[in-house]
Amino acid sequence: MAEQVLAPMVGKIVKILVKPGDQVEEDQEIMVMESMKLESSIFAPCSGVIKEIKVSEGDRVEEDDVLAIIE
Amino acid sequence: MIGSSFMQGLGLLHLSIGEVVMFVVAFVLIYLAIAKQFEPLLLLPIGFGILLANLPLTDLMKPNEGLLWRFYHYGIQWEVIPPLIFLGLGAMTDFGPLLSRPSLIFLGAGAQVGVYITFFCAKLFGFTLPEAATIGIIGGADGPTTIYLASKLAPGLLGSCAVAAYSYMALVPIIQPPVIKLLTSEKERSIVMKKSRKVSGLERILFPLVTTVVVILLVPASAPLMAMFMLGNLFRESGVVERLSSAAQNELMNIVTIFLGISVGATMNAATFLKPQVLFVFFLGLFAFAISTATGVLLAKAMNIFLSEKINPMIGAAGVSAVPMSARVVHKMGQEANRKNYLLMHAMGPNIAGVIGTIVAAGIFLTFLK
Repeated sequence: MAEQVLAPMVGKIVKILVKPGDQVEEDQEIMVMESMKLESSIFAPCSGVIKEIKVSEGDRVEEDDVLAIIE
Repeated sequence: MIGSSFMQGLGLLHLSIGEVVMFVVAFVLIYLAIAKQFEPLLLLPIGFGILLANLPLTDLMKPNEGLLWRFYHYGIQWEVIPPLIFLGLGAMTDFGPLLSRPSLIFLGAGAQVGVYITFFCAKLFGFTLPEAATIGIIGGADGPTTIYLASKLAPGLLGSCAVAAYSYMALVPIIQPPVIKLLTSEKERSIVMKKSRKVSGLERILFPLVTTVVVILLVPASAPLMAMFMLGNLFRESGVVERLSSAAQNELMNIVTIFLGISVGATMNAATFLKPQVLFVFFLGLFAFAISTATGVLLAKAMNIFLSEKINPMIGAAGVSAVPMSARVVHKMGQEANRKNYLLMHAMGPNIAGVIGTIVAAGIFLTFLK
């Protein structure tokens, strides 16, 4: 079952800590985003394998944009 | 003969102890601005202005003659600079978070309670009504509004109130968390808020128009600040005057910030600043910040009694303007309680409502005290 990782708010992706194929645990930090000069971590919503990463570092995202897919 | 008049003209021989103390104040502000990056855009020119204002025999603040007096007189006394700052702030502000949940405007109002409580306390401390109002407005955590109100009601307190407002804004991450923690439980702090509604372009354009008309009809004395704030926002949201919006928030904002800072600093000479009164201003200003934070949180908790979708009560603390510092504080505290809690944009709603709230509070003071 695939689960989408959604952007929790508008901002910019500053760091991507995983790559496709990586095994991640639920609540593992997978990306760092910046909103209004404040960095926040984005955590994996479930355990699984990263199937796809939809953004690259430096991308601007809107709330609810799909950032990655975990399978 | 020539020797003695040269000696007479030496500023060094006219230096008083008070002026030397003011040099120290100036250097502390310059140090905080450069080394600690405390509101450097303002504290740096303010610090330098203080230094200049306390150099003897310069006549920089001499009415009708001095350079700094001209900046102060035509910029601040003529009420030009604070409204222009608001023009830039309007162009910078995204009212989306407020529009997506309009009930949050109450939180922006709730945090103004501290302004009024402090006003009454300052009165008890022996300040006159106009002075007490100026000190109270520090609790709104809005620099240009504080300066605007001070210039109209209590010019003698302008420098100290402005410095108190800007330094406490820089200290928001230290002042607010203990107050918020005291009033909320871990469980309340971890409340994740529902996604906010998408706001349409039409709403964004109507907002500055409707707000201008409604607020100015209710509190006409708020007109100069409110009108410029909303004009800047209309530039931003109309989408057709990108150049004006950009000029208002970049070039014009930077230019007026220079003159604002140096003029505020220049009002702080030893004679007006080194009074026990000023200590009370700083003390009451801090008190105002703390009370505004508390009333914001308490109002949010009260709203939760009636709301089916609970809000995180901490966002009430963002009702003190201090944009966006207090929203960031709330966000960080939310993440401490629950790391998947992203409150930043939710807290921006009360945060920008707080700016409007402080302008209105200042307008009400002006209506009754001018």
